[in-house]
Amino acid sequence: MEIILAIVIGAAFGATLDRIGATNPNFIGKMLNLTNLHLMKTILLAIGTGSILMFGGQMLGLVDVGHMSVKAAYVGVFIGGLLLGAGWAASGFCPGTGVCAAASGRKDALFFIAGGLLGAAAYMANYPAWKAAGLLDNVAGGKVTLGSVPGASYEGLTGIPGDLLGMALGAVFVMVAFVLPERLTPEKGLAQPAE
Amino acid sequence: MTLNWKTGGLLLGFVFFLAVLLVKPIGVSTQFVILDGIVADAVSPGFITQTEDGYTSTNAYMAKLDGKYAKSAANPLNYSFIFVLAMMAGAFLSVRARGGLERGEGTMPALWRANFGDSAAKRYAVAFLGGFVVLYGARLAGGCTSGHMMSGMMQTALSGYIFAAGAFAAAIPVALMMYKKEA
Repeated sequence: MEIILAIVIGAAFGATLDRIGATNPNFIGKMLNLTNLHLMKTILLAIGTGSILMFGGQMLGLVDVGHMSVKAAYVGVFIGGLLLGAGWAASGFCPGTGVCAAASGRKDALFFIAGGLLGAAAYMANYPAWKAAGLLDNVAGGKVTLGSVPGASYEGLTGIPGDLLGMALGAVFVMVAFVLPERLTPEKGLAQPAE
Repeated sequence: MTLNWKTGGLLLGFVFFLAVLLVKPIGVSTQFVILDGIVADAVSPGFITQTEDGYTSTNAYMAKLDGKYAKSAANPLNYSFIFVLAMMAGAFLSVRARGGLERGEGTMPALWRANFGDSAAKRYAVAFLGGFVVLYGARLAGGCTSGHMMSGMMQTALSGYIFAAGAFAAAIPVALMMYKKEA
């Protein structure tokens, strides 16, 4: 049963990534150099939609709180985020969109995957050093959510009801998606008005 | 060709919701480790070994969490690994259904060509290096754009916010420096 769900949800995710332009490095590059925020608006709306549906479903008792999976917070999360961000901008791929891009016929994505397999292997070899340096030690409680989600096995960073906070933050993501302009940098190549 | 952000965002959000409703939040980057584990064990048998109550590995990272990764590499027919293969199939079918990849995009994106020229070797080298840094960073962080940024922030996980702050703090300056010409 789980394998069938993996096939159905995985295929839907891959097809959606293609249709929103996330597997296209042009859109990633234009989002990150702030010239076309279309994909950013898509992502923000998606996070908001997912959040509202999940926490709303939990409040109605339709979604199993036990399906949540919260990752730990530690200094390495930020350092790893910086590294991923740099490589993401340079290549135009992240792990999920990279494999989908390769499947859609982008040969450069195959080189991204090869580099990724080597990078993951390098981390596997270096893992004890990061651990010994204390950079994988939990901060702020580790696996925490911003509010305290009723029935969840994770601690809340604050005592605010986590499901309500999740709905509210979801609404904020949706609003930001709407108010964010299509681009943040001035259009180049447009004639400047004469003095 | 590309979906309007309102339709696309709702669709993507619904897929993330579906995953957490039916199984668990979406994540991808761990599967690079699992594939590495499968290859390592094929090349050098004994990399992964079965124990009395599970699996372990000679590599400390593969063996952590009571051999969770070692177990997945020993049994590739598991949810998360099949999920990534299905993603590839889904993307492939979606591209075919809309008439295939745009002309000239197979070797490099137009934005790259506008800034760095036609050399495929140069593009492949940067894609390879980018992949190395992305997956090294994702494993250090414990997740990637899917697991930390999308699934994490959707669940109001503190780690998701920390990850997104780091990712954009590096990605935007790098993109502004590298991609000055528009395409």
